[in-house]
Amino acid sequence: MSLAGETSRYMVAFAKHDLSFLLMLICGWVILGIVGLVRPHRMGWIARILFPVGALIALGIAVLGAIALLSGHAPQIFLLPLGLPNLPFHARLDTLSGFFLLLLGMAGAGISTFAAGYFRSGEGTAPGLLCLQYHVFLASMALVILADDAYFFMVAWETMALSSYFLVTAQHRIPEIRRAGFLYLLMAHIGALCILLCFGVLQGGRWLFTFDAMRGASLTSFWASAAFLLALIGFGAKAGLVPLHVWLPEAHPAAPSPVSALMSGLMLKTAVYGMLRITFDLLHIRYWWWGVLVLGVGLFSALFGAIFAAVQTDMKRLLAYSSIENIGLIFTGIGLAILFEACHLPLFAALALAAALIHSLNHSLFKSLLFLATGSVLHATNQRSLGKLGGLIRRMPWVAALALIGTLAIAGLPPLNGFVSEWLLLQSFLFTPQIPHAFLNMLIPLGAAVLALTAALAAYVMVKFYGVIFLGQHREPSLVHAHDADWLERIGLAWLALGCVAIGVLPQLALRAAGAVTETLLGQAVNLTSPFWLIAPITSRQASYSGLILLAGIIGVVGITFVGVRILAHGRMRRTVPWDCGYPWQTSRMQDTAEGFGQPIRHIFDPFFDMERELPFPTDVAPHYRIHIEDRMWKTLYLPIARGVQRLADWIGLLQGGRLSTYLLYSFLTLIVLLGFVL
Amino acid sequence: MTALTMVRQFGEVLLAIAIAPLFSGWIAQCRAWLQSRAAPPLTQPYRMLRKLFQKDVALATNASALFRMTPYILFGTMVLAAAIIPSIATDLPFARVADAIALIGLFATARVFLSLAAMDIGTAFGSMGARRDMMIGFLAEPALLMVLFNAFLLSGSTALPNVVEASTAHPFLMDPSLLFAAVAFLMVLLAENARIPIDNPATHLELTMIHEAMALEYSARHLALVEWASDLKLFNYACIGFALFLPWGIATHGADGALALGLAVAVLLAKLTVAGAALALIESLSAKLRIFRAPEYLAMAFLLAVLGLLVHLLLGA
Repeated sequence: MSLAGETSRYMVAFAKHDLSFLLMLICGWVILGIVGLVRPHRMGWIARILFPVGALIALGIAVLGAIALLSGHAPQIFLLPLGLPNLPFHARLDTLSGFFLLLLGMAGAGISTFAAGYFRSGEGTAPGLLCLQYHVFLASMALVILADDAYFFMVAWETMALSSYFLVTAQHRIPEIRRAGFLYLLMAHIGALCILLCFGVLQGGRWLFTFDAMRGASLTSFWASAAFLLALIGFGAKAGLVPLHVWLPEAHPAAPSPVSALMSGLMLKTAVYGMLRITFDLLHIRYWWWGVLVLGVGLFSALFGAIFAAVQTDMKRLLAYSSIENIGLIFTGIGLAILFEACHLPLFAALALAAALIHSLNHSLFKSLLFLATGSVLHATNQRSLGKLGGLIRRMPWVAALALIGTLAIAGLPPLNGFVSEWLLLQSFLFTPQIPHAFLNMLIPLGAAVLALTAALAAYVMVKFYGVIFLGQHREPSLVHAHDADWLERIGLAWLALGCVAIGVLPQLALRAAGAVTETLLGQAVNLTSPFWLIAPITSRQASYSGLILLAGIIGVVGITFVGVRILAHGRMRRTVPWDCGYPWQTSRMQDTAEGFGQPIRHIFDPFFDMERELPFPTDVAPHYRIHIEDRMWKTLYLPIARGVQRLADWIGLLQGGRLSTYLLYSFLTLIVLLGFVL
Repeated sequence: MTALTMVRQFGEVLLAIAIAPLFSGWIAQCRAWLQSRAAPPLTQPYRMLRKLFQKDVALATNASALFRMTPYILFGTMVLAAAIIPSIATDLPFARVADAIALIGLFATARVFLSLAAMDIGTAFGSMGARRDMMIGFLAEPALLMVLFNAFLLSGSTALPNVVEASTAHPFLMDPSLLFAAVAFLMVLLAENARIPIDNPATHLELTMIHEAMALEYSARHLALVEWASDLKLFNYACIGFALFLPWGIATHGADGALALGLAVAVLLAKLTVAGAALALIESLSAKLRIFRAPEYLAMAFLLAVLGLLVHLLLGA
């Protein structure tokens, strides 16, 4: 641990009680929620006091997570005096949980600060109740990360699902939101069921449900694979991997914006955490085909998410699909890591895993930032549809400037953070030809092309997102009255934007954090010896990158150019009407709409979509254009399953005739059968 | 970092800034000759830049700060890219900062900024150009990455100077896979630099233009910077091509004294002369494709690059 030397003795002493402090802070969140209930309708008190305190607690959790990550201590274990008599709750803090707590705290601090300025009274759930649900949600996510036995994990996991369900349905008077919430709850429970079964397999017949016992269990290859597949389905449903993603574009937009940010930025990461915990920690062996499977699912999800994001017309749905894309990228990294590890290439596995971890961190920052920015836009304009926005950069300069940072970061452009993780991921793809499997070592490098396509599509999506909302002319006259976000919202956005810039400029910090995790999980970390401003994960001959110098270079050259042009030429300028090839009438309806911007994607990726179109004829007096795009998965996968369940339920319903005599007959027959067992 | 290294680094960048318009002028001249027109003088691009810098900017009333910043950012990213690409020497201190993948990232940054600026005014042509340019971008990027992958696998590095050093180590020996990659790269170069068959740099025909549509609202010094940046982009792409496929003549590490550098500049000029003429020939012989044939064109480039990769893996394994 390179930082261990720098940390003072006090910090080491402090780090020993890290876990206890963490649990206290998490309790603090729950207490905040309960305090909120005391006066559930006092908005000012809840928003201006409780939420900022919650943000401070999040900051504390981030600091403690970072200490756990970098102090290099052995894992700390704590037995909570809670739970059932014979099943106490075990909590454990190691580098993996430290990393995800850092992520949770960093993004959570920004989101809570924003939420303090965002929530208004009179929208659905009472503010006090919302405050309770919000903080219980945060606390349960932290507990998922700290849990060290299956029982505690499931309790925290279910609390997370339930509290977020109530948050999604905050505006429960709207029927679509109730439906989205129900779909979310259903998928969450299918996932939870798979995770529960996975733990059942992992205990390996010893009926001990602590993670420690599971680490010791040796499973046969069949049962290990069964546990892995159950985990993939369970956590994949939570993370939104295709084809288990259907709830995500419904539920994330339905929630209030800070909650969307929490769900997209943080809750999806708990699924990534769970996947890593089970694959790299609890299972003692990994097979190469698991890696290929995860890699394939990840790449497909990434491409699928990017393509669907490009054709959305609702700004929050667009971001939700973009979350599917990013989760796909994270799972691509995990898949590569499994594959490399199974092929005994631990250094490359560490590189791929570091890419996945850093992308998780990055996504939690920029996706929260963008979801929160849509919240500000929503409050300022009451519009969610991209077709009714436009030109907000002139009305909301703060939100526009901070959202631009998030937009460039998520588009994977240097020198911001999104580029760092994509760069690392591409670097790890470079080593795939070394996999000792014929064909695989030729096929998998092509995955890098899918990755490049996805990254470039993400840039397309983000240009559409930013361009249609913030640039151009106002598409509705009412947008003239849009106002900028208030100061708490700005601080929240600025904090997240700062995180995006910091990781982009100093990627070595993030790489060290990820390196500590890979050291624990794989026993190997990438090269961390390069100076703080440069990363060279394998060797500096292989590849190196420095965001700091690149940013300094861009600022330097742009500055010199600006000054040079002013000195050598002049700065004269006059304002005039736009040129546009001399067309005199310019209305806001002549700009590209969101549908128009998605048109090349619809054209090129036609087979992905289930499209319904109404096109006007040239002779139409009142031309009407309508397009409806649906996910093919609904028709091909979900509706058949739903119909099957319905039919099964009808069959079972036959038992329920409603006649008392029939029911008595059932009881009698059951007794006879049971007697047969006894005798 | 010695003084000579700095001279090399800055000299290379200044050379790129200085001769990029000349390269575009040379292509335009060759094109005119091939099409039996009276050719503009070689210095035409410089004259245009001078005139543009002297004019007053006419800025649309609703243009935001983003619109005014973009020309500087475009120019800045292209200059930085020139600092990374080994056009005359490989011992570049700045090249450690960003490898070829970061170079693609820099080009993508420039493209995103130009597209956003094009949408800023809210005119019909601006957003159409932005949409089309981003489409070309996402189609070209996978092909370009596969081309670079090929070179990376041969040299074991993603830094362009190392690629050059690895391939100049065995002179006049070219891996067969590079042949496929070179054709793919040429196709990507044409697409990315808004040239025929994807876009026509000489047209202002409203419905077919891509790059011109995005630059439509720019005037005077802003337009000058946008045009200069696109000249630099073409120059940079040509130099990437030389570094990957024709690295001979570039002054390598340890053998880059004043004489070798002078020779490298002469070789670079010779390569640019030939490449410019070849580009003009390709542009004169081919017709512009319909915009929705662009995916097929770039898929072809991608397939060629993949073919190159497979050839390498099959022969190399």
